[in-house]
Amino acid sequence: MEKDQVPQDQSNLTKNNVKELLYATDENGNYTTTLSTGWEPKTIALSNSIDEINERIADAKQQVLNGEISPIVYFMEVNKMDLNILSSYVGFWKWRVKRHFKPSVFAKLKDKILKKYADTFGVSVEELKNSITK
Amino acid sequence: MELTFTHHQSAHCENGVASNLLKNSGLNISEPMVFGIGSGLFFVYLPFIKVNHAPAISYRTLPGQIFNKVATRLNLKIKRQKFSSISSANKALDENLKNNIPTGLQVGVYNLSYFPDEYRFHFNAHNLVVYGKTETEYLVSDPVMETVTTLTYEDMNKVRFAKGAFAPRGQMYYPIQIPKEVDLKSAIIKGIKNTCRDMLAPMPIVGVRGIKMVSRQIRKWPKKHGVRKANHYLAQMVRMQEEIGTGGGGFRFIYAAFLQEASVILANEELKELSKEMTQIGDSWRDFAVEASRIYKNRSAKEDAYNTIADELLDIANREEIFFKKLKKAIS
Repeated sequence: MEKDQVPQDQSNLTKNNVKELLYATDENGNYTTTLSTGWEPKTIALSNSIDEINERIADAKQQVLNGEISPIVYFMEVNKMDLNILSSYVGFWKWRVKRHFKPSVFAKLKDKILKKYADTFGVSVEELKNSITK
Repeated sequence: MELTFTHHQSAHCENGVASNLLKNSGLNISEPMVFGIGSGLFFVYLPFIKVNHAPAISYRTLPGQIFNKVATRLNLKIKRQKFSSISSANKALDENLKNNIPTGLQVGVYNLSYFPDEYRFHFNAHNLVVYGKTETEYLVSDPVMETVTTLTYEDMNKVRFAKGAFAPRGQMYYPIQIPKEVDLKSAIIKGIKNTCRDMLAPMPIVGVRGIKMVSRQIRKWPKKHGVRKANHYLAQMVRMQEEIGTGGGGFRFIYAAFLQEASVILANEELKELSKEMTQIGDSWRDFAVEASRIYKNRSAKEDAYNTIADELLDIANREEIFFKKLKKAIS
């Protein structure tokens, strides 16, 4: 890629005033570094995965309201986590976390366990239990 | 308390921290040189591991390996420490600062408050340097940022003790011994050999064969997973290739820059030609990203479109196969 062809597209970086460094060749074909504000194919890829996350959050919310899953799943999605990451943050085995996804099991959880989830998600136990259904 | 430390922005965090720490200790070595000697260029496809709900694809070696290989090949000594508790991790870092040692840290990205929100996801192999502290904050040189920045004590604890894959466990590292004279020539040759071996490895998910496998898989994605998921997989692949500090084209441009620098040091004209060829391959990776983005932008998926980019990827793989065979010859 030649230096004058390095894309300077609008991106999520632009609004945060961040630029990234790229390697490109100058007019003599020698390598140099240059800054880029962004590149459209990347911006679309990023917004595609943000849409994906938002859809997952919306799905989870609906399922909580339908009583199919516990709010833990919703907060897991909000925090961009998956089962592996959540289980290592709360320090429970994966099968145990998975059990806690069931509304019936979740309803009987002790505050001590709920607190671990709440702390991981940065919310209070009260919010973890009731913020969606209210 | 603030130590003297010169911040240089780099494309990739690990090369950048390594290069910045070494420059700070008097060994002037560029980011591409670190990347080349440390054999950072790689390709691996891990369909059984999911990152952001898509199969993991990496264009680089495992975290920590680049700096470790650089250290062995240049005869540097680097100290690495991991911690079981936050308080001992903090104590060790503060002790280092007191002793005037700028310190590299492995951290998780999710709680790096100075990153734009969209970029904060659970990725634990980011690297930065701490070069001082105030009453409330640590002074941070993050090589992917244009200038130095800060992190509060609380956020620092969170990023050092992020959980999940590659959990950093407070890991810190810093050079403790640097020889006066380093033998760049033999280090470069070792680095190149290692990369050729990796990229031509006889394993289906690694190197050139890994790229070919992804090309085969892409053809199946729309039928096997449906349009939405196939597009998501493709978008994730482009992100891995372009976004997380690869310097463009899945590290190919950094590698080309390395080959150019190496051709001067080794007085090897062939490497200069190969550097140009690598640049062209990098351009093809960029073209691949453009074509892929057309697919996930329209959210339409004709199977044709998937086949077209799979062909493009196969072509890249074939060219890289020839390239790395030539590169291997050029230094033997």
